[in-house]
Amino acid sequence: MSVITPPGQAPDQQVVADAPPSDSYLKRLGNLQSVWILGVLLLIILAFSLAAGDKFLSTSNFSLISQNIAVWAVLGVGMTFVIITSGIDLSIGSVLVFSSVVAAKVMAASGGDSWGVAGLGILAAIASGVAWGVLNGFLVAKAKIPALIVTLGSLSIALGLAQVLTGGIDIRSVPEALTDFNTYVRILGVPALPFVALVVVVIGGIVLHKTKFGRYTYAIGSNELGARRVGINVDRHLIMVYALSGAMAGLGAVLALAQFGTTTIAGQSLTNLNVIAAVVIGGTSIFGGQGSIFGTVVGLFIPAVLQAGFVIIGVEAFWQGVAVGTVLVAAVYVDQSRRAAALRGASAPNPLLAMFRTRK
Amino acid sequence: MPPLLEARGLSRSFGHVRALDNASFDVDAGEVVALIGDNGAGKSTMVKALTGNLPVDSGELFFEGERVTITSPHQASDMGMEVVYQDLALAPHLNPVQNMFLGREIPRRGLLGRLGFMDDKTMRTRAQAGFRELGGTVRSFTAQVGAMSGGQRQQIAIVRAITWANKIVFLDEPTAALGVVQTKNVLDTIKRVRDKGIAVVLISHSMPAVLEVADRVQVMRLGTRVATMPAEGTTVEQLVGAMTGALDYSTIDSKEGAA
Repeated sequence: MSVITPPGQAPDQQVVADAPPSDSYLKRLGNLQSVWILGVLLLIILAFSLAAGDKFLSTSNFSLISQNIAVWAVLGVGMTFVIITSGIDLSIGSVLVFSSVVAAKVMAASGGDSWGVAGLGILAAIASGVAWGVLNGFLVAKAKIPALIVTLGSLSIALGLAQVLTGGIDIRSVPEALTDFNTYVRILGVPALPFVALVVVVIGGIVLHKTKFGRYTYAIGSNELGARRVGINVDRHLIMVYALSGAMAGLGAVLALAQFGTTTIAGQSLTNLNVIAAVVIGGTSIFGGQGSIFGTVVGLFIPAVLQAGFVIIGVEAFWQGVAVGTVLVAAVYVDQSRRAAALRGASAPNPLLAMFRTRK
Repeated sequence: MPPLLEARGLSRSFGHVRALDNASFDVDAGEVVALIGDNGAGKSTMVKALTGNLPVDSGELFFEGERVTITSPHQASDMGMEVVYQDLALAPHLNPVQNMFLGREIPRRGLLGRLGFMDDKTMRTRAQAGFRELGGTVRSFTAQVGAMSGGQRQQIAIVRAITWANKIVFLDEPTAALGVVQTKNVLDTIKRVRDKGIAVVLISHSMPAVLEVADRVQVMRLGTRVATMPAEGTTVEQLVGAMTGALDYSTIDSKEGAA
């Protein structure tokens, strides 16, 4: 992953190739993977527009696309935080299922179609999502079990428990307040679910880039030991990050209930991988320390736009999988080689590596 | 006047290994003290014990003449001591300003601050002032630290430490991974830190560097301090002799003899 050059190889003067601030802002922008991948998205949109014209470039098409990614966008916010800490959360799809089952049960038990009942369901969904997230975070941070294993386990457990609770049969009684919210409500001209997702995405971006919580998230992914040494409570922060991911899965459960009017027990088995792919396509490093919510959103649009476009121009939708997989690998490869090129000439990117090399 | 920080008769065992064996140490305000010794002589253990990173089995610490017990790194920070570790503990993906204030971010005023928003502008201004004061080679405050040279990273770590330490900075092998020019920069930085009145404790294997920058040299061997000598007039051979035990040192510190 990293370019290893002998430490101290580059003289100090050579490395600081820094343009004045005004210039460097643009340069930094251009260096962001999310900006490049936005270009790719625009190219895809351009290609489909040329091929299908107004049919593709219509409001209804993009409204449909945005509805299709609303749930994933909410999940993607939590996942971006988790991956920036160099963790992973495979359990989100199952936690979503579990939360939606709990919410549906709670709402069915209280009976009725009002917002009051829906509100109870929303609270129940988010609470059970947070509970799963805290459990994940605790096992990762305190028990030091690798996140991949912990969340693989909770993926299985949460889905299993959801099936136990329901006998494997989807619950179809969702209050009309929720389903109507999806079908009829438009806020500022945007359909309700994408609007909620947009709000979550914007808040997520602000928290990640502007607050201490976000800064510590980067710091832990970048150098966990360093973060501990400067006094950051790394364990607590990790638990909070996984809890955030769980909360997003809980909120995603509510949106999914509103969207489909039923729980989706069998329908979320690939949700985790799709969201992870979007996060990574958007330039968030699986090794931690860098990434952005904006990139994740762009990374979500690429598969959704491909799918919609293929349908419209009459290509079998199965090709979407092929295209997305290719974009994923290509995006990471390009990102990696650009980063390697940026670091060439500078000394080792990782001070931990430098430490190992200098030890006798 | 009592030393700024003094350790008397520290002992600490790990199983059968006596990492510190009745070891003493002292540093005065505004001086550079080099702590040298072969691998395993107890230098790092000593620094850990002095900065609240390691409890000792026995021994006493005195800070500005008062007896103290330092139980956590946090407490050491509050007393004005900072450690620059060999691995620097910088986050390579963050820029120098973000690294400098990591864990100590300045919140915005009012409600936003309570929500966790940070005052990036003030932090940038203060960081730039800190770097200006120490001179040195860090010129970009927006680039990732990971893309910088070893010397620049060392500089950032040192500036971070002295920004928060107003009494003592411990430097663990600050020149180990550096080239000639970069080493000189770091040594110049150390002198400037001392000129600000902050004491510097320098752990190093580089005898020429030690002799160039230190006021006093304390030599450890087998977990205890075997010699204290002024850097001036001391030769590399004498230092090595004391480190290896080849020379029986006549200038062994008097306190050691009493203890």
